[in-house]
Amino acid sequence: MNQLKNFSKGLLKENPILILVLGTCPTLAVTTSAINGAGMGLATTFVLVMSNIFISLMKNIIADNIRIPSFIVIIATFVTVVDLCMQAYIPSLHAQLGIFIPLIVVNCIVLGRAEAFASKNGVLSSAIDGLGMGLGFTLALTVLGAIREILGSLSVFNWKFAAGDGALIFVLAPGAFICLGFLMAIVNKIVKKSNS
Amino acid sequence: MEYIYIIIAAIFVNNVILAQFLGICPFIGVSKKVETAMGMGMAVLFVMTLATIVTWLIQTYVLVPNELGFLQTLTFILVIAALVQMVEIILKKVAPSLYQALGIFLPLITTNCAVLGVAIMTIQKGYNLAEGTVFAVSTAIGFAFALVLFAGIREQLETADIPEGMKGTPIALIIAGLMAMAFMGFSGLV
Repeated sequence: MNQLKNFSKGLLKENPILILVLGTCPTLAVTTSAINGAGMGLATTFVLVMSNIFISLMKNIIADNIRIPSFIVIIATFVTVVDLCMQAYIPSLHAQLGIFIPLIVVNCIVLGRAEAFASKNGVLSSAIDGLGMGLGFTLALTVLGAIREILGSLSVFNWKFAAGDGALIFVLAPGAFICLGFLMAIVNKIVKKSNS
Repeated sequence: MEYIYIIIAAIFVNNVILAQFLGICPFIGVSKKVETAMGMGMAVLFVMTLATIVTWLIQTYVLVPNELGFLQTLTFILVIAALVQMVEIILKKVAPSLYQALGIFLPLITTNCAVLGVAIMTIQKGYNLAEGTVFAVSTAIGFAFALVLFAGIREQLETADIPEGMKGTPIALIIAGLMAMAFMGFSGLV
């Protein structure tokens, strides 16, 4: 039961993007389409799960006052793994996401979970927490990507449902800010309602 | 002439916040007052320039000759973290008044993805040391510029009547969107 709670809290109630507002930079930058959003989300999920597992395993070895640099080294290792694997196996997606793959290192979600959860809890709980948070992140990215793709290029997951061009502005930078703003406002409203 | 292109492109056309989405967290977080926005902008200018120079030297003289390119991400983030700490210690001793002004913003910069982003982009674009430095300085100016403008708007916003669910981050993001739209007017300038 407890593990289920660890998993599900990341999906909506503590959704890293929509509620905690962590990791906004990649969110805005890569969500030009649903597929890009999902790809970025899954890459981050992998890093989150692996770094949570390793940090949880090593939490008793790492001295308290050097824990942040140690966490960063562990996280950077897995980011490099993801970066090189994506470059080798899915080069087209890697090219689309570009600089934001190495920048997963400074994504506040990863370090945030390491500090707030993995450094205090067991291996299994930490892995599940990472998975839940990662999937919550992926969900938000995919939804945002899909909205922008539908409005901007009249397609979804590269499947074009109507002829024409759509409102290009939603694929460009301003659309990212505006869509995320409205999405957050809607989720705020829903969460507030269910709490009261 | 080339430097002028780099400067204009980095400040206006490819503004680091509004066109490239780097450093959004401090953009949303510390932009409630013009004064704090200025402080943050100056701290970023300082660290970004130093970090770009140091990481460029490490990439060119340590990583590349030893074929250690795959360590780039790891090395850069550690260098930036160490640099921020060092700048903090040095400023405290040498220029206490500047430390007072930048103090609280310095630790926040380690997780500012704009700093790591600019360091990596300088390498990717193949700039030499002088071009890289100019690029870093002008990107930081662009960052400070957008931050201060945004803070000015948000100060006015305090008195505005906003729907309940929109308060805080959502309305800030929508304003940023409108600003990004305005900045799109610069595209095609270079």
